[in-house]
Amino acid sequence: MNIDDVPQDLSVFRGSVVRDVAYAVDADGNYQAVVSDGWNVKADALRTVLNDIDEDCMEIARQVVKHEVSPLAYYMAKGLMDVDMLADNSGISKRNVKKHLEWDAFQNLDDKTIQIYAETLRITPEMLKTLPEID
Amino acid sequence: MEIEFNHKIAAHCENGVIANMLRFYGFDVSEPMIFGLSYGLFFSHMPFVKLAGQAVTSFRTFPGVLFSRVTKLLGFKTETERFLNEEKAMAKVNKLVDAGVPVGCVVGMYYLPYMPLEYRFPFNGHNICVVGHDTESNVYTVSDPNCTEKVKITAKDLQKVRFTKGGTYPLFGQMYWVKEAPKELPDMAELAVKAIKKNCWYMTSQPSWLPFFGVNGIDYLGRKMALWEDKLGKRKAALGLAQIIRMLEEIGTGGAGFRFMYGAFLQEVAKLTGEDEYKTYSKRITEIGDKWRSFAAEAAGVFKRKQGSKSYPELASLISEIGQMERKFFTDLAAFNKNVMNRKNYK
Repeated sequence: MNIDDVPQDLSVFRGSVVRDVAYAVDADGNYQAVVSDGWNVKADALRTVLNDIDEDCMEIARQVVKHEVSPLAYYMAKGLMDVDMLADNSGISKRNVKKHLEWDAFQNLDDKTIQIYAETLRITPEMLKTLPEID
Repeated sequence: MEIEFNHKIAAHCENGVIANMLRFYGFDVSEPMIFGLSYGLFFSHMPFVKLAGQAVTSFRTFPGVLFSRVTKLLGFKTETERFLNEEKAMAKVNKLVDAGVPVGCVVGMYYLPYMPLEYRFPFNGHNICVVGHDTESNVYTVSDPNCTEKVKITAKDLQKVRFTKGGTYPLFGQMYWVKEAPKELPDMAELAVKAIKKNCWYMTSQPSWLPFFGVNGIDYLGRKMALWEDKLGKRKAALGLAQIIRMLEEIGTGGAGFRFMYGAFLQEVAKLTGEDEYKTYSKRITEIGDKWRSFAAEAAGVFKRKQGSKSYPELASLISEIGQMERKFFTDLAAFNKNVMNRKNYK
């Protein structure tokens, strides 16, 4: 890759100090390190994967609205976690996490537990109690 | 305590932390040199290891081995420690940083506060270097090789990222630091030539019945990819392809990027040894890197369902072509390198 061909497509890095570095050759054929703002091809791949996750989330959101599962189930999927990861990172047992994915059990949760889940999923407690919007 | 630490952004986190650390101890070793010396170039496609439900494809060697390989080669004395107790893990970092020692930490990406939202994947193999701690506010200064400048992170967040659970594998606050630096570096030319021998061996020595690793892995991925659409359906096949591109191009595993980095390494070796022919090999691996990149661009057309994009068997044949190029490259490089070793009397 030539230095001029190093992509500078700013999208996911916008507003952050994170960047890529590419090794590319200059006009004399010597390698140099070049800071890159990102590459559209890569951003597209990332978006494809995230869209797929969003499709799964939409399905869960419909169930939440029908009170078949709790909002926790939605935000868990949205936060790219599964029961094992959520249990390990929150310190709440797998058995209880599974229980809290049910609508009724979730409604009876105390504020402290809600707070722990919210922190683990990096959202606010209010958001965790809100029903997701569906298209 | 704020250590005077010259931070430089790098292509890859572990190489970057090592390069920044070595510079702190007064040795300017480039990132490609560190990568080459630790024979880090590799390929593996492991359908039996899943990351976020997808088979893992990696273009480098396993995380964590680069630091120990390189520092040992260069004559550094180092220490690595893991913890069960989170408070003890934090106290140890404080103690070292207060004594002016930069500390490398293996962390999870998910809870890193300065990462863009899209990068919050449960990947527990990122490397950062802690270079400062303000006891009053309990905020740490961190040199993250993926960032253009040093960043700040609270004690609470640092503890969380050092002990992120689940994902690829749970973290136990793994940290590493230099105990004693050498007075001067050993003969780099000899080390580099020997490292090339090892890297060629890792890429081409796998027996044909072990299809997942080295050049075999590239052929294997090609054979599988040709059948993806029939086997998995349109949606899952596109998703699998997008995952390969992410692993090919993203922080941590970047495939084409590592080929270019190896090219930069071979150029340095040509200079170190005075053997100009290494430059020819640098050119060849650059061409291979370019092929990986054009594969990524073609694949993007497929998962974005663009008109006139390639079919899966066509993409697969691109992969097979790259596999053949890499096999020939490493076989030729090994032969030339052996020749150099004999001439220079390297044992």
